[in-house]
Amino acid sequence: MSEYILEMYNITKEFPGIRALDNVSFKVKRGEIHALCGENGAGKSTLMKILSGVYPYGTYSGDIFFNGEKLILHSIKDAEKKGIAIIHQELALIKELSVKENIFIGNEPNKNGIVDFDQMYLNAKKILQQFNLDIDPNTLVKNLGVGQQQLVEIAKALSKNASLLILDEPTSSLTEADVEILLKILKKLKENGVTCIYISHKLDEVMEIADTVTVIRDGKTIGTDSAKNLTKEKIISMMVGRELSQLYPREKHFIGEVFFEVRDFNVYDTKIQNRRIVKNVSFKLRKGEILGIAGLIGAGRTELVSSIFGSYPGKWTGDVYLEGKKIIIKNPSDALKYGIAMVPEDRKKEGLISLMSVKENMTISNLENYKKNLIGTINENRELLDVKDYIKKINIKTSHFSTQVKNLSGGNQQKVVLAKNLLSKPKILILDEPTRGIDVGAKYEIYKLMFSLAKEGISIIMISSELPEILGISDRIIVMHEGEKKGEFENKNVTQEMIMQCAIGGRSNND
Amino acid sequence: MIKSDKTEKDIIKRFSGLNLNIKLYTMVLALVAIWIIFSVATDGNFITPRNISNLLRQTTVTGILAIGMVFVIIAGQIDLSVGSLLGLTGGIAAILNVWYNLNGLVSIFVALIIGILLGLWNGWWVAYRNVPAFIVTLAGLLVFRGILIGISKGYTIAPLSTDFQFIGQAYLTPSSGYILGVVAVFLVIYLVLNSRKTKAKYNLELPPLWIDMLKIAILIFFIGLFIFILNLYRGVPLSVLILLILMLVFSYISSKTVFGRRVYAIGGNVEAAKLSGIDVKKITLILFALNGLLAAFAGVLLTSTLNAASVSAGQNAELDAIAASVIGGASLSGGVGTVFGAVIGALVMASIDNGMSMLNSPPFWQFVVKGLILLIAVWVDVISKNK
Repeated sequence: MSEYILEMYNITKEFPGIRALDNVSFKVKRGEIHALCGENGAGKSTLMKILSGVYPYGTYSGDIFFNGEKLILHSIKDAEKKGIAIIHQELALIKELSVKENIFIGNEPNKNGIVDFDQMYLNAKKILQQFNLDIDPNTLVKNLGVGQQQLVEIAKALSKNASLLILDEPTSSLTEADVEILLKILKKLKENGVTCIYISHKLDEVMEIADTVTVIRDGKTIGTDSAKNLTKEKIISMMVGRELSQLYPREKHFIGEVFFEVRDFNVYDTKIQNRRIVKNVSFKLRKGEILGIAGLIGAGRTELVSSIFGSYPGKWTGDVYLEGKKIIIKNPSDALKYGIAMVPEDRKKEGLISLMSVKENMTISNLENYKKNLIGTINENRELLDVKDYIKKINIKTSHFSTQVKNLSGGNQQKVVLAKNLLSKPKILILDEPTRGIDVGAKYEIYKLMFSLAKEGISIIMISSELPEILGISDRIIVMHEGEKKGEFENKNVTQEMIMQCAIGGRSNND
Repeated sequence: MIKSDKTEKDIIKRFSGLNLNIKLYTMVLALVAIWIIFSVATDGNFITPRNISNLLRQTTVTGILAIGMVFVIIAGQIDLSVGSLLGLTGGIAAILNVWYNLNGLVSIFVALIIGILLGLWNGWWVAYRNVPAFIVTLAGLLVFRGILIGISKGYTIAPLSTDFQFIGQAYLTPSSGYILGVVAVFLVIYLVLNSRKTKAKYNLELPPLWIDMLKIAILIFFIGLFIFILNLYRGVPLSVLILLILMLVFSYISSKTVFGRRVYAIGGNVEAAKLSGIDVKKITLILFALNGLLAAFAGVLLTSTLNAASVSAGQNAELDAIAASVIGGASLSGGVGTVFGAVIGALVMASIDNGMSMLNSPPFWQFVVKGLILLIAVWVDVISKNK
């Protein structure tokens, strides 16, 4: 048998308008824990989705060998049969079923189609005991903590005799104590001969547990090395190490007085009571300023801004001041009245009404302005003039204003969402990951637009997980880590490394 | 066919964005096909003025219910209570009129108010108490029917005063029918020309004049034909006129007003609608209230037409209304549908009932055929989407 359990050669995967993976090669030795590192959007998850059959054979190019054999997967089920199991960031457990039922779902021990629950109980118990887990197989999953649920996922994978286990950001929602347990279990699995691919941003964990580390960036493999030869700093520079190019059309703009302020914001989890996702965050925003909020996924950035905008579904506390006066925002409609607009993170889910036309999407949050009588008839002519104006102004490429937005490219869809928010004449524009999943050309146009808005005196809060974007666009940067504001930088002589250090826990800053 | 290729494109342009035009065309064509089949099968009896008049009167109750239902469905909700609500409001109107000798119009007015209140009840539970609409209105279906049986003590309530009967049974005299037609024609011409004028004021591109002229000509033709045929029998039935007016009013609300646009937005993507500052709860409440009002309209009309209210009035009518909406192009997942389509859907259902009873086929066949038509209509929609 070869030394490698898995060999992936020259993997290329394209999505409309974007090349997610570009000739990636990736090899994993039998029985090791192999960490896969990279920025958000570097292509880690895409690579793992190919490996686990989510993107079936034929939708990518390149070759995969598993145990020396060419691997052709048509579905996730195929991957499981071969012994490859993936545990996603969002857990795929059925909360209303018990632990044992979850472990054996789709794979139930049975006699002539009748489930043998006793056998199931015993088998589940055996697997759980294998790594000293004290969970009753009859407990309902909803009654377990997130950490234990994660372990149930692993047990489920092992019940299918997985020989290669992929963990995608397994610790992003775990407490310190749960992380300890998880890492211990992974070490134990390694002793039992299970190979593990471990995707994580948390470099402390990576350094503790991994034998080998591979870094990918922008869909390309940057390097693979034994963990012994690496340091955290080295990995960080591999993750971010690129030059700021001409991508960012920086333009001078006047920055005025502070006119918006957020004080002591706390945001609570919607599911777990008293768990804070955002902890005591305060910040100020000046007129015409572009404020970047950096941090890793799960740092609480989206929760922070959606609470400010009034759209967060859970509880939050904190004060907001606009031009020195305290304002209360209970829902998005209040926010819009005060001149605060937001382009949400998930364009398809929260930004667009895909069945509606470009025109109707652009004016939906602003229809009040087009009322021409008491029963609320829309002045369609005036509406159309504004729509045509913005289509031209921000260069939305669409065959007609009545085209359904679902037929537009990602970049143009994003521009429609932007136009919608601009039509409400905001003073403050919140952009949550404004360039995610759109091509370079459209990105450039969106940056241009941001600068021209700043010139007009509109203040912008931009969340971005792409460090070059944060550095290329922002006037000032705040960095969040696990719900806290860890750092604040004027954007002068700041490096990606400094921000990344801060975003992964800021130890070097505090030392 | 009268329509040229270019007007077709023009109409597609006008309705575009919601992709309903093609659906509507197939619907209208299907209706024409059904009519041709029945006409042939009944040796032309199906398209006599008398039968067309009856057919249209048969459509009114389901048609009015479908107008309200399609709004609810567009918003991504459902209302199973309208059949019982129809029965209850019709019953209340009849009780007031027959047992308490209340003036017909006052009884009707009270019934309409009660319709709104019961609709608000449904809407409040859905919007502000977050109980799924299916459950709330299923409860309404049982509760409203129960109340009807209770207050009517199981009796059939009849006969109504003549002013009450008037609404469901009266016909416009031929001459007033034609006067109405002339008024409608002038209105159409005025609206088209006025739209051209304001468009020009805003410097927007105008459709070629001949297209607008053709549009006017087609409309005049249909208005004239409609009144001419109905005048050959007894004239335009008042109940049909009410249906038409409600259809025009609610078509206008759905396609031309802020409220209507927001209803489509909520059904299309409720999250995005919320983030766009739309008060989803308030709109949901209003929708159910409107649906209650329309169900009460239908209840009053049915009671008047039958000259009696009974405990079983409107049973299963909610299912006919849902089927009509869906046949007319609405999607139960929300965001799609038109008032006009829903009324056409109701006409399809009524045509099947009417045609098959003319053929003396046993009543069970009507259920089977209506069920299959519903199934096929949605299936055609599904395959056309997957293309």
